[in-house]
This record gives sequence, C-alpha cells and structure tokens, in this order.
Amino acid sequence: MGERVVSGVSRRARSGAVGALVAAAAAAVISLLAISSPAAAQDDNGEIKGSLSAKDAEGTKFPVPDVVFIISDESGNEVATGSTNEEGDWSVSVPVGTYSVLLDVSTLPAGVDLRNPDKNPAQVVIDTPGKSKGALFPLGEAAVSEVTAIEWVQLLVDGLKLGLLLAMCSIGLSLIYGTTGLTNFAHGEMVTFGAMMAFLFHVTGVFGWQSSLIVAALFVIVITGLAGGLFNQFVWRPLRRRGVSLIAALVVSIGFSIFLRYVMLYRFGGRAGFYRDYRIQEKWDFVWFTIAPKDIVIMVLSVLILLGVGSALQFTRIGKAMRAVSDNRDLAESSGIDVERVIRWVWVSGSALAGLGGVMFGVTESIGWEMGFRTLLLMFAGVTLGGLGTAYGALFGSIIVGLFIQMSTLVIPTDMKNVGALVMLVVILLVRPQGLLGRKDRIG
Amino acid sequence: MTAESIPVAPALAGVPWEPGASKPDVILTASGVRRTFGGLTAVDVDHLEVQRGVITALIGPNGAGKTTFFNLLTNFDKPDTGSRNFEGRDLDGVAAHRVANLGMVRTFQLTKALSKMTVIENMLLGATGQAGEKLSRSLFPPMWRGQERANTERADELLARFKLDHMREEFAGTLSGGQRKLLEMARALMVEPTMVMLDEPMAGVNPALKQSLLDHVKGLRDDGMTVLFVEHDMDMVQEISDWVVVMAEGRIIAEGPPASIGQNQAVVDAYLGSHHDSALDLEADL
Amino acid sequence: MDWGAIIENTTRGLIGEQFIYFGLAALGLNIHFGYTGLLNLGQAVFMAAGAYGLSMSVVTLGLNFWWGLLLGVIVFPLILAAIMGVPTLRLRADYLAIVTIAASEMFRIVARSPSLDRWTGSSDGLTGFATTFYDLSPYDKQERYFFDLFIGNQMWVVTVGWIALVIVILISLLLMKSPWGRVLKAIREDEDAARSLGKNAYWYKMQALMIGGVFGAMGGMLRAIGTQSAQPQNFITDVTFFAWVALILGGAAKVLGPIAGAAVLYAILSFTDVALRQGVDNGHIPEWLMTGTQVGQVRFMLIGLGLILLAAFRPQGIFGNKEEMALDDR
Repeated sequence: MGERVVSGVSRRARSGAVGALVAAAAAAVISLLAISSPAAAQDDNGEIKGSLSAKDAEGTKFPVPDVVFIISDESGNEVATGSTNEEGDWSVSVPVGTYSVLLDVSTLPAGVDLRNPDKNPAQVVIDTPGKSKGALFPLGEAAVSEVTAIEWVQLLVDGLKLGLLLAMCSIGLSLIYGTTGLTNFAHGEMVTFGAMMAFLFHVTGVFGWQSSLIVAALFVIVITGLAGGLFNQFVWRPLRRRGVSLIAALVVSIGFSIFLRYVMLYRFGGRAGFYRDYRIQEKWDFVWFTIAPKDIVIMVLSVLILLGVGSALQFTRIGKAMRAVSDNRDLAESSGIDVERVIRWVWVSGSALAGLGGVMFGVTESIGWEMGFRTLLLMFAGVTLGGLGTAYGALFGSIIVGLFIQMSTLVIPTDMKNVGALVMLVVILLVRPQGLLGRKDRIG
Repeated sequence: MTAESIPVAPALAGVPWEPGASKPDVILTASGVRRTFGGLTAVDVDHLEVQRGVITALIGPNGAGKTTFFNLLTNFDKPDTGSRNFEGRDLDGVAAHRVANLGMVRTFQLTKALSKMTVIENMLLGATGQAGEKLSRSLFPPMWRGQERANTERADELLARFKLDHMREEFAGTLSGGQRKLLEMARALMVEPTMVMLDEPMAGVNPALKQSLLDHVKGLRDDGMTVLFVEHDMDMVQEISDWVVVMAEGRIIAEGPPASIGQNQAVVDAYLGSHHDSALDLEADL
Repeated sequence: MDWGAIIENTTRGLIGEQFIYFGLAALGLNIHFGYTGLLNLGQAVFMAAGAYGLSMSVVTLGLNFWWGLLLGVIVFPLILAAIMGVPTLRLRADYLAIVTIAASEMFRIVARSPSLDRWTGSSDGLTGFATTFYDLSPYDKQERYFFDLFIGNQMWVVTVGWIALVIVILISLLLMKSPWGRVLKAIREDEDAARSLGKNAYWYKMQALMIGGVFGAMGGMLRAIGTQSAQPQNFITDVTFFAWVALILGGAAKVLGPIAGAAVLYAILSFTDVALRQGVDNGHIPEWLMTGTQVGQVRFMLIGLGLILLAAFRPQGIFGNKEEMALDDR
C-alpha cells in the first residue's frame, strides 16, 4: 500500500521518466530525419493547374471537388499532389521540368468518369520559371460497365475490405486492453506510423534508395513490432510497476496520441500522400461489383493473415497464453504463465499488425497524419461490439462495423458514413455493453 | 457437551439445527438462489432464513461461496435464479444502492473508508435523507444547514462511542487499519439501519483491537439491530454469534448455535476432508 | 524579438476572451473529472453545443437571441449529456472516454458535411447571430479599454465572460461545499462505498456530467459570440485537451486550480507561439527546421507532452495536494 504513494521522484520514477522522454525524443528525431512533406512551394516555380466539372442528369454543369492529381517527374517519382477544391479547381507548384499529370480515378465520384481515359496521365512541360500550364481532363458519364453494378453488393464488398483491415488493426487494441487493462488511445498512431514508415522507404527513399512497396511493408512489420515492444518496455512497463492507475495511464496514452499525431503532421504535412506502386489500377468488373486488383490482393492477404493470427491464438502456446491472460490475468498467472512476457508479445504483435494494416490502408486509400486517429474510433466501435479484451471479438466486431459503415451509405450521405459506426457504439453500450463475446464482469 | 447443555439464544429456542430451518421472526430470506460463473456453480442455496435481532455468523472453508452469497444477500450481485427477500421486500430488480434506504447496510472486507475525505465527512456521508444531497437544494445552504447540524451532532456522538472523536478532522487515509474498520462501522450506523452486514470484520485487525470491535458488534445487537457477518475467525464466531450458518461448496450444510457446530460431522468433513472421526475443536485450529 | 508584442499578447491571453472560453471549459471539466472522476474527452462537443445551439436557433430556425441562449446553454448540453451518459455511466470509466471522443469525431463529421450545409453552414459555419448581444454593450465600439488592450466590443465580451466565470466559480464552490458535493467526492474515490450508504452513484454522475456540460456550453457560446461565428474548426478534439492539461496543471478538485492552470497554460502557449513565430519570421529559426505553419503544431506537441508528463509524474499539478488529485493511485 505504501509503495503506491510516490513521494518525490524515486529511482523507479526516474527510469520511467527517462523512458518516456527517450521514447518521445526518439519518435521526434526519427521523424525529423526521415519523412519529408510532399510538396514544398518555392517562388521561382511554375504552376500546373486545372478545373474539373461534369454535367448531371439534367445537363447542369457542376464542379467536381476532392479529386486527386498526382504529378510525377520523368523518372516516375512523385513530386507533388493536388486536389480539386469546392469549385473544382486545383493547382500545384513545381520547378521547371517535364511532368506526368495523373488523375486518380478512384477519387472520382460515382457516376463520373474520364471521357478520354487513354489520355490519363497527361504530359505537361514547364520550361521557364513562373510558367503556368493547364492540364485538361474532360469528364463525362460513367463507363457502361458500372451500370450493371448493384449498389449494395458493391458496398458489401467495400465493407468487407474495410472490416478486414480494421480487424487487423484492432486485434492489438483489444488484447492490450485484455492483458493490461489499458485502453490505448495511441493505438491509431501505430497505424499511421506504419503507413508513414512504408512511405519513407518506398517513396521518399532512404539515402537515395527507394524500395518496392512489398519490401517496405516487410520493413514496416519489423519496425512497428519493434516500436510496440520498446513502447511497452520503456513506457508502459515502468508505469505498471509504479502502480500508476489505469486512468492515469489512459491519460498518458492520450498524451502520446496527441504528441505523435502532431509530430507526424509536422514532418509529413497536412496533405494526403500516396504510394508509388499499384497507384492507378483499372477496376475489374465482376458484373455485380467492380474492384481494383490491389484491393483483391489486400483482402486475400488480410484474410490469410487473420487466419494465421487466429490459428496462432488457438494452437500455439504463446497464443493460448495471450488468450488466457487477456481473459483472466490472475488465473493465468497462478497457473504459471509469465504474464510480462505475454504482454510484451501482445505489444509487439499487436503493433506489427496495426502497422501492416496502416500500409494496407495506405494502398487502398491514402496516407495522412490523422489516418490512424480516424480509424481508431472505428476500431473502438468494432472492439466494443465484439467484446473488449477478446481477440476473436475484435475480429468479428470489426468486420461487422466495416460492413455496417459502407452499407449505411445506402441511406446516409457518403461523407457521413463514419457516423454510423459511432451510433452503433452508443447502441451496443446501451443494449449489450460487454459486446458479443465479452464478459459482463469486465465492464464494471 | 450434550445437546441439552448447549446454550441457545432465547429468540432461537426451538429452532431445529438444520440447514434451511424456519425462524420465528424473519428479517431476511434467500430461496433457491443460484449463482454460476462460467460453468462453475459458486452458490446453490435452497433456503435460508435470518432471524431478526440476533447475530448470525456465516462461515465455511475457503471457496465455500460465502463471499458470493454475501454479495447476493446484500444485493451487490444478482443471482441467476432464486429470490431474496428483505423485510418483506423482494430484492430482485432493486438497485444496489436502494438496499441501504430499505435499512440494510454493509461493510467491505477491504475497508472502504474514504481516505481522501476526513473522518467527519465520512460520517456525514452515511446519513440518509439529506436534503442537501439533492442538486436543487444544495445551492441554497439555508435549506440544509439545519439537517447538517443535527447529523453532525449524531456523528460526533457515534465517533465518541467508537473512540474516534479525536481524529475527527483527519483524513481517513491517515487512520490505522483498525481505526478504519471502526470508522466504517460507525459510518454504517449513521444510516440508522435495521440490519448490518459485516464482511470479514476481523480481517487484518490486530488482536489488541479485536475485543473492542467485538464489543461494538454486540452493542449493535443490544441496540436492536440484526447483524450478519462472514468470518474466518472462529474466536469471534464462538464469542458473539447467536446462530451459525455453515457453507461448503456453495451449499448450506449446517445451521445451529455456535457450540453445536464443532460436533457436526458434516462441518468437520467440510473443513478437514472426510477422514476425521473426532469432533472439531474449532476454537483452537482455525 | 519584439518583447512588447509578446508581453501584450501574453497579457491578453491571460485575461482576455480566449482565456475565458477555456477557463469555463476547464471549470466544467473540473466538475467532470476533478470532482467526479468522469473521463469526458468531449468537452469540445459541449462547447459546440453552446455555440451551435445559439447560432442555429437564430440563423437556421429564426428564433430570437434569448431562445437561442436557452437552447444553447441549457437544452442542447443536457440532451448531449444524456445521450453520452445513459449508456456509459453504469460501466467502467473507459467507456465514457470512448463515447465522448466518438462524439467529438461525430460532431466534426456532421458539422463539416456539405449535405447538411443548410442547417449548419458546414465548414464555413454560421454568422450573424450575435447582434442582440452587441447592441446591449455599454462600451463605445471605437474606444479601447483596460490599458488599451481591448476594443469596445471585445471589452463587452470580456466583461460578460468574467461575470459568467465568477458565477460559475461561485456555483462550483457552493456545490462542492454542500452534501451533494460530498457524495460526488465519495463516488469519485469509491463508488461501491457510496452505494453501500444508499447513494445512487449513476444519477450523481449524470448530474455532474450535465452541469459540467452546461459550463462548457457557456464557454462555447461565448466563443461564438466573441468571434461572431460558429465554425467546426473551433471545436476540434484538441480543444478538449487544452482544458485537460489546464485542469491537471492547476490541480483538479480545487475550484481555483483550473483557472490558474488555464492561465499558466495559456501564458506558456502564447509565449511559445509568439516567440517561435517571431523566430521563424526573422530567420532565427531556419526554414528546414520550422516554417510558419508548423508553429501552431508545436503547441499541440507541447499539450501532448504535457499530458504525458503530468499524468505520469505530477498528477496533482502545481497547486494540488496529494489527497485531492484527480488521477489517483487506484
């Protein structure tokens, strides 16, 4: 009892202090040296710009916002991105040179398509400083193949993809809660970190070397796993040993969430980033729905990974130990399980999965400083639905949330689809707070 | 000892020494109460009646389900099936906090003296029916000052009785373990309950304080309250309880006056396993 | 370094409108977290309820200012507290945290959605709802007041704001010294103990959530009035965390603590902000290290860092004592 009241700064407190500061400083230093922001404006640059508009069913012209353009140089390296604003206008600043301007068709709204898809990307040359050139992308009605797609099937497929990715990211969140009682609000930042580390290796390049996305992803698995382990070793374990309350730990995790997010904003910038590989792909038509090949690969990969994780949890010793500790820590400890070791593995594997999930999110969507945080709330919905502290619960809950979010766009506007998950969260807590697979005594 | 020479409290004379025995003046009953935790049956009690105005002890070996049953009786837990009745009121569906308003108050094994509040604040918390605790009235001190004063007087009397009055302004966190137990008991009395449920009141109490605590518990009965306590300390059980209920493996296996329990074969078997023939000397070992 | 500007900005930060908004929010959060132990990570949404309650009533629904005031300060925050509290207050503290942060996110999405532009003004927000307020101002709109720090209209906002602040402080004090406050303190430390003495912990927590929410709504509404606009970007999640750091810094569970914490925090942030900005503008800080836009981000990094270090090492803040800190050793 007496040890828990820490007066002054004891030795253990100091090691925790050093730990936290080291972790924070390391994060800052790594990101300071590594990631650079996408576009940097300079005064003697030229400008590439354009304006997008389309006609609706009645023939009225309307601007098309939020469409993304990627400008790459002659070697295929991306130098800038821009997106159309509310008036449909976009522009980027580039130094003198020859560029390839690519319209990202996946950002076009439904029902709108390029009239000349073979003229995408377009070539633009900036030969003198200060020159401003336009890139023309006429838009027209959607291609015929989309007419046969059935909306709800399309949304089902999209929802499944989202759910699988959420599942991968959220297993760690659920198990960290189960084994240590900590609701880790910084978990989303691990997703962002993974996506950005891949960006670093794959796009920005390290000492001039760019890897392929796959290699970058492998690096990410190792790096994020390591980061999770270090985080546990130098921050959470010392705090646990000092007997810091769970609420204080939660506040610490919130602090990390804010700090890491803004460090990443600081170095990455506010605009969305994209990977080089698998950027523009034409969607395959499966009559009832269309899907890009990269999305199929991601879905298959995530299913395989989740099956692997599930089997590991079910059949390996460490997996069983994880489930035991997550279920009932005291019981597990008294049956001889090394709880600290299990916790370490939970952090490493949970973070690696989250980081990989981040890369996958980056492939199917985009990379941004807040991407993990936005996903965190969906993860919470999934994990709460499935049962906080269970691994399988996180899995099923996330898939259901993913499906629900996408299908909800049948009735609510697309830009508000995440609200569905948040509403679901409130409803679950009202009706069955322990979730599908969770236990009642854990929820207070 | 023969059956004739075992003393029985007058109120309980004539009550058969059997589990589920019917009592003349019942304050609390439990019927068909079952509580399982994932496949494990923690409590399975057919019938229990608690006599008003006496001190009842609930004992049993470790894992017998006493604590779980205690939580069920005090409505801090809900059974899977079965009913509990306090003063004629069915406890099913009654929120945990309402039980105190019905007249039943409980203490906790790990004392819940609120350490960040002073002793007198702890005491004042116990008073029921405080107008000042309603949000609307709390903003207007004149509406509750009078009650507060009356409650404070009562609190001070109780503190004096429990010999805690000199610690009045101290934070409860600075009290010793034994003092905190006393505080919790005194605070419970502020509720003016009809029944006091004590959860291992002797746990962690140093021997010097034990007698004082025992006297206070007896004092509760003498003031007309009903007491039920869960205990491992057999001294306490023998010394002050009027009736003993023995649990093992979730069921009630014996009831009777304290002196009769040591000879009960079922009890002996439960505590020591079923290989002993001699009567249990409960005062010595446990 | 233009020290004059730095000092002027810092002073304005210490006693001006910005401080009042955050002070009110922090006082509300103090009721939530300091006194009751509720993890409200969505105080910004309560503030938005006040701002949008007023502006939507006047602009979208065409009601008069006083109706807007009522809706914004009382009705909206109460409804919001009910929506968030009913599912979560019977559960572990973490669940309220999750739901309140979800509510902040929900607000961000809904308030910026172009689909609801008719109602909310989406990203641009709403304007033109505060004329009644400014018409009541006794100050000359052209004059500067209080050591020339505030111009007429601003001064009116500051005056009303400080009055509101004082009222809220008085209410907080009254509440905390009353038996009601005593029950709240007991619940924060140990709900089961409070329940065993007949207190309905759930209902007290709900009342605390509502009251703190009303305080926050007052702050939000004043902010909208002061800036004459209600915009989504003024009520982002991180606004809540400003209030949190202010709360912990000043020592939760004491009434003047949050005010002091808000003052200290705002002074630190204003100072850092201006100093860094000036450093960037006149080249003391090289461009590769920090640009003008990035200065604002540093402030959030400091917030995050502040939360980490305070929660881990000094939960009682500058003024608090160990017996009364919010983040206790549970």
